[in-house]
Amino acid sequence: MRVLGISGSLRRGSHNTALLRDAGELVEAEGAEFAIYDSWREVPIYDEDLDVETPHPAVARMRAAVRAADAVFFATPEYNSSVPGGLKNTIDWLSRPSLAESALRNKPVAVVGASTGAFGATWAQAELRKVLAAAGARVVDGEVAVGHAMDRFDQNGHLNDENLEGQVREVVRTLLAEIESGLVRPAA
Amino acid sequence: MSITETEALPAGAWAVDKIHSNVGFSVAYMAGTFTGTFSDFDAVVADGALNGSAKVASVQVKDPNLEAHLQSPEFFDAERNPELRFASGSIERDGDRVRINGEITIKGRSEPLQITGSISDPIADQYGGERFGLRLEAVVARDRFGLSWNNPLPSGEPALADEVTITAELQLAKQG
Repeated sequence: MRVLGISGSLRRGSHNTALLRDAGELVEAEGAEFAIYDSWREVPIYDEDLDVETPHPAVARMRAAVRAADAVFFATPEYNSSVPGGLKNTIDWLSRPSLAESALRNKPVAVVGASTGAFGATWAQAELRKVLAAAGARVVDGEVAVGHAMDRFDQNGHLNDENLEGQVREVVRTLLAEIESGLVRPAA
Repeated sequence: MSITETEALPAGAWAVDKIHSNVGFSVAYMAGTFTGTFSDFDAVVADGALNGSAKVASVQVKDPNLEAHLQSPEFFDAERNPELRFASGSIERDGDRVRINGEITIKGRSEPLQITGSISDPIADQYGGERFGLRLEAVVARDRFGLSWNNPLPSGEPALADEVTITAELQLAKQG
């Protein structure tokens, strides 16, 4: 099983990327593969005129990477009470030009989030779940809200809070279970 | 006056004429009604029982993106649950009225369902066969099957109703 990680923040010292790395180690501890995909920084702003049979190479690469993954694990910050524009742009490219062709269609996805405020990007997480479901993804239950993120990671970038770590592990297991339940298709 | 279930439907085996039958649904949405149909369905009457199914992937509405949305995990989840199914239990007939109790399965969840409607007696068709008709209607609460998507109106009220009316106009042709 291959899980792709997407952090909604591209900043080098991003708390969400740290959270995603932590989740990635938990994915690997469960026996699955994990890789962070940060090349979404290269895709242009969505423009239907650009969404042609041979789209921008960065778009083609990103869609292929998501299609090849068994699941996608998102970690999002919260900008202006919502999903960062760049991350939303990524999902727009993945899900268009038609929902039937969405790279996220039926894809198991999980969402967690971190913020330096008290609430751990809970609004952004809720909006991201809504957007992903509308994009045809199979959004698993489970939320991890890492508030006061500047105090929640040790010097190696690992969560220093066992409770939060346990919550991330639970979301990882739920996501992997969702992949496995799809591997055995019910009879038509 | 009602008659027993063994006599409620015509004896023998009957298969749906898919070209001259329709299976669909309607649900209140905003200030109107949202309707759709399933183009790929099946129904048989045999030994006095009615069994039917419809392929989720064949759902047809007036927008391809909405069709894809209906097939997504938020609605029917066609990938995991490709079919809707109905199997009858008891069937009562009173004149041309019919009442069918049975079980419907949507998104992998089964619930009891009562269907009401009308039935026509078999007629000879112009091709040497026999056929009869059923016009059926039932109401399901979609939330019970995990089809819980909604989008609130500015008032806070949900835009899409929970109650969905399923309709089937079936023309069944005698087999054998």
